[in-house]
Amino acid sequence: MSVLIGNDTRVLVQGMGKTGRFHTDKAIAYGTHMVAAVHPSRAGQTEVFEGETDQSGVPGRADTYRVELPILRTVGEAVAASGANASVVYVPPAFAADAIMEAADAGVPLIVCVTEGIPVADMVRVKRYLEGKDVRLVGPNCPGVITPEQCKIGIMPGYIHKPGRIGVVSRSGTLTYEAVHQLTLNGLGQTTAIGIGGDPVNGTNFVDALSLFNDDARTEGVLMIGEIGGTAEEDAADWITANMTKPVAGFIAGTTAPPGKRMGHAGAIISGGKGTAAAKIDALEAAGVLMAQTPTDMGAAMEQAMAAAAERR
Amino acid sequence: MKIHEYQAKALMADRGIAVPTGRVATTVDEAVAAVRPLIEDSGNPVVVVKSQIHAGGRGKGRFKEHADVGGVNVVTDGITGGIEAAEERVRDLASRMLGSTLVTIQTGPEGKQVNRLYIEQGIDIATELYLSVLLDRATSRNIVMASTEGGTEIEVVAEETPERILKEEIDPAFGLLPFQARRIAYALGLEGDALKNGVRFLDALARASVELDTDLVEINPLVVTTGGAVMALDGKMSFEANALYRHPEVQALQDITEEDAAELEAKEHDLSFIKLDGDIGCMVNGAGLAMATMDIIKTVGGEPANFLDVGGGAEKDQIAAAFKIITKDPNVKGIFVNIFGGIMRCDVIAEGVIAAVEEVGLSVPLVVRLEGTNVELGKQMLDDSGLDLVSATDMRDGAQKILELTK
Repeated sequence: MSVLIGNDTRVLVQGMGKTGRFHTDKAIAYGTHMVAAVHPSRAGQTEVFEGETDQSGVPGRADTYRVELPILRTVGEAVAASGANASVVYVPPAFAADAIMEAADAGVPLIVCVTEGIPVADMVRVKRYLEGKDVRLVGPNCPGVITPEQCKIGIMPGYIHKPGRIGVVSRSGTLTYEAVHQLTLNGLGQTTAIGIGGDPVNGTNFVDALSLFNDDARTEGVLMIGEIGGTAEEDAADWITANMTKPVAGFIAGTTAPPGKRMGHAGAIISGGKGTAAAKIDALEAAGVLMAQTPTDMGAAMEQAMAAAAERR
Repeated sequence: MKIHEYQAKALMADRGIAVPTGRVATTVDEAVAAVRPLIEDSGNPVVVVKSQIHAGGRGKGRFKEHADVGGVNVVTDGITGGIEAAEERVRDLASRMLGSTLVTIQTGPEGKQVNRLYIEQGIDIATELYLSVLLDRATSRNIVMASTEGGTEIEVVAEETPERILKEEIDPAFGLLPFQARRIAYALGLEGDALKNGVRFLDALARASVELDTDLVEINPLVVTTGGAVMALDGKMSFEANALYRHPEVQALQDITEEDAAELEAKEHDLSFIKLDGDIGCMVNGAGLAMATMDIIKTVGGEPANFLDVGGGAEKDQIAAAFKIITKDPNVKGIFVNIFGGIMRCDVIAEGVIAAVEEVGLSVPLVVRLEGTNVELGKQMLDDSGLDLVSATDMRDGAQKILELTK
């Protein structure tokens, strides 16, 4: 088991430009079932991918791969032609909101949006559009989702991951890599790692991811990585107190961030005294989350949280 | 992106939002010349001289060079002395305000130089209220926030009398509906003409916020005049950076004298940079990791000089630009490069660092921590380069090493 994606995930890619092509190639090398592409101005063409298999990916494959990906006009046509059940969006910021809504309209159950820089107002509209639809959006402005050795959707390096027991959820890209790498080195491994993205308006939030991991039989603990801005971590703390049955460790970036400044991510800003790292750390600690003092200690904090939970049992 | 009050009011006036009449002045003569037409047109002998800087708290602020002059001055000399007296007073104020440094609660002790004044007609105020439109991250929707406590910072009202704050959610599919505007107006105690004007004001404000992709519109105070008009006595607008591409007219309002030069230079190279007060420069890939790097420097006892995210796909010349920006800061006593190569390969980073140091030169200690894709190759390249740098095994190790080297 894993959450969101696994062996049976079939992925279509929206936006077959330079970025889309680069990461689609990496995903295929990893063993992800990439089944179609949507790129209106290139519809009717075929994109060919070939190369050497990524040995850290899905096991038991040949050493090389060759995939011919059909490019279609619309997501609806791509789904009909390929049976895709997930989409990854690499469309540029000005058109990304439309791409997400098109995928939702076509009934794609999982939409992962990597694009950074989508106007907030566009995302507000997207969220409204998704209301009442049975689809899940992950991102935008996120590295994506990976279930090690099964399926990789997004831009994360595959080889730092290893199948294991921990669910990872994070607002930051490279900090997720840092965490995943530590979990691989200390042997805990990952069930699934979800990058929820650094934007103020996003699809999947901490509570959604925690809930998925709580219900997943394979996931034994969760590592969550937050940062300054908003109150998503505080909401997660409330949810953990009320519902979480598995150990959680965490880290919050931005203890030293000055108020009123956006720290790279659009959502990482302390405004009106709200969204500070201290408030988030306090809330999570009160909910029993074991907080890593520095990012070097994230893997160790997870180990400690697992050990403490084992002792209580 | 922030703009000045006079610019915000011009954008509002264009969209049917009532604002007092005013004129911007960059010289003393311009300020004086604004007085007569303002008084003659409005029939009100009072004018207000307001400093234009990108920081709040101007009214209570004081000038460094003239401790007796505030950031906002109401000139009443015209009531008894006529237009000439008002002009004289404005001349005196403008000559002391322009070019001087205003210190407010938001500028920090160093203050901000005032290069522009806004001369505005006087208003006969009956009531002061508060209005804003901003994103509510919890619901992913914009909200109108209103309060009867005009003139007070909303954070203070939220802390002390939260029951006096009213929020109406704006459904992006419908906009602010008329009944919602009426509900806010009633809650603000508006009646008669003021009620009608208030509803109209709210409708126009909500529309302007959508049309302009504002991050925040704050009217504090919103005033009801003795004649029942509803006006934005102050107006603050900031814009969402990701949406600026579709508003060139707003982008053109940017006042670069209000921005940090290094931050602007970084933006030109697609780097995300924020200057801080410490002495350890950092260069990191990824915003979260960049923040965490600042944090760990602090944890081991140092002070970061900056936040710098080179992004996920930085090229060699971007890394060189980042180095230049960091080393330009005279406070920087050492640099910590912290990279987790994912898609970005460590050998590319190493190549960039080597090229940057060769181009820019290096007069301070440099600690490099590389991890991720092609890390061994990257480390080898740094070792072979003959550069005077120190390798670190992990983030904490790197932070400690740069701290020791800068002590």
